[in-house]
Amino acid sequence: MMVSHGTRKIYLKWCRWIGTFLAMSAICIPGLWIVLSSFRPNVEILAKPAVWIPQDLNFDHYAAIFSSDPGQGAVPVWSYFQNSLIIATTSTLIALLIGMAGGYAFARYSFKGKDTMFLGFMLSRTVPGIALSLPLFMVYARLGIIDTDFGMILIYVALNLPFTIWLIDGFFRQVPQELNQAAQIDGCTPWQAFWLVEFPLAKSGIASAGIFAFLTSWNEFALASQLTRSTASKTLPVGLLDFTSEFTINWGGMCALAVIMIVPALLLTFIVQKHLVAGLTFGGVKG
Amino acid sequence: MKRKFLSPPVLLLLPAMIIIAAVVLVPLLLSLYTSFTPFKLTRPDTLYRWIGVRNYMRLFEDYYFWAAFLRTFVVLTIALNVEMLLGLGLAVLVNKAVSGQRALRTIMMFPMMFSPILVGFQFKFMFNDTVGLVNNALQSMGMERVIPWLVDEHLALFSILTAEIWSSTSVFAILILAGLMAIPRDPLEAARVDGCTPWQTFRHITLPYLMPFMFIAMTIRSLDIARAYDIVQIMTAGGPARRTELLWTMISRSGYVDANMGLANAMAYISILLSIFFTFYFFRKLMAARRYMGGAQ
Repeated sequence: MMVSHGTRKIYLKWCRWIGTFLAMSAICIPGLWIVLSSFRPNVEILAKPAVWIPQDLNFDHYAAIFSSDPGQGAVPVWSYFQNSLIIATTSTLIALLIGMAGGYAFARYSFKGKDTMFLGFMLSRTVPGIALSLPLFMVYARLGIIDTDFGMILIYVALNLPFTIWLIDGFFRQVPQELNQAAQIDGCTPWQAFWLVEFPLAKSGIASAGIFAFLTSWNEFALASQLTRSTASKTLPVGLLDFTSEFTINWGGMCALAVIMIVPALLLTFIVQKHLVAGLTFGGVKG
Repeated sequence: MKRKFLSPPVLLLLPAMIIIAAVVLVPLLLSLYTSFTPFKLTRPDTLYRWIGVRNYMRLFEDYYFWAAFLRTFVVLTIALNVEMLLGLGLAVLVNKAVSGQRALRTIMMFPMMFSPILVGFQFKFMFNDTVGLVNNALQSMGMERVIPWLVDEHLALFSILTAEIWSSTSVFAILILAGLMAIPRDPLEAARVDGCTPWQTFRHITLPYLMPFMFIAMTIRSLDIARAYDIVQIMTAGGPARRTELLWTMISRSGYVDANMGLANAMAYISILLSIFFTFYFFRKLMAARRYMGGAQ
């Protein structure tokens, strides 16, 4: 009896171990395959039968997309990268400032129509990007701000606000309200009480909300693909399409650009993962 | 007392309201109006011709529209359910892991950082019939045939679903894991002492406790439900012969390729209602679950 119980336990342990391993492989392999392919020459990528063990890893695809000769597969990576960086950073900062005000209002005050307004903000986020792009395209064309950084920043601020407010609301709720009152009794103005007492306590959470906003802007495609035209405002996700022509796709170059796009996102997410989960769950469960 | 025209919360929320009104609300009103006109980008004067619900009538009689609508609904339902189940499974596995849990959690968040467009491209590469990883692997294992993953209707939908599920399961997994880690030990101990089987414990204690976390995940996920557009657009662009067309690819085709803005806006409105339906449904569930947890103020 004891023995069979023991074997069963070991058996279960192995099952779990194998299951975890398989799941993790399924998560990692697609990404790793892209990274690997970005270092492989086209001959190997296109080889039939497939070459499994890389014979010749090099930086040719990266050199090609950064080169100045379009015939070599060059792509204006620098301007895409710059546009992405400017648009994502600016829109994140603005969304954080406005979102802090909004989140604070939701966390600290109760007022008429609060739930309705919160739901309204959330619903504004559900509008599919492609559906929103149609009227925005018409308005932007009239205003002459198609293919400008300003136009994209404006959109991404609006896109990020609902979620930023939700997260920041959650983080401010975790800061006890009494602290603010205590600070005010000690002679702080409400403004000082906020910046000197409440803000520092919610700071790391707010930073992770910012990184989430940054990632959304960094990765957005549906709106950017319709409202940007040239190197003036095209972002990296839209630039990815430069590698597709009518009948062929430059897989190697595309993989290289994909790696360039994913590295900043990876770094940022690792920094905030802890706060992010905490913010989402506390904001949601203990609302 | 100083008289205030605007109370502090309204004042604080004003900037957010203005921006969202300017970028979302007003354009949506414009697109609602446009959906009642035969507006074509090539002929600006058509913006002022009112044709009533003719665009909507045309859509309701269009076979392709209904096919796309139904397909969108089915794809979303399958994707959300599978993502939820896989997410739950993954969370339980990682929660049970004795060592290296931090590393596993980090790996689990991996797909969240991938832009949907990147996911689409990545799986287009993997499912490519001549150079793709999947076919190469199958052929190395001795298969003679070339499987046309992205050309055959059902296989293409399967490939799209795979990409979609790969990219979104981690949202569920990470939030459900947060729930699992926050679960109080006492009821679990009590159940064990009272002789519950592991399954009973899971079914009657763990699962109810996880419900709010699942609904948060569902709500967050359904907020951005249309990201599937990016994936489909790059993997098949609705092809072959419009057989993987979703509402969203159809909107972009008739709006930008055929320049038929009026009709596209009518479709866009229907897609917005669909999104709102999904979000509202889960949001209501989330609110109920929150009240159940006794945390609501």
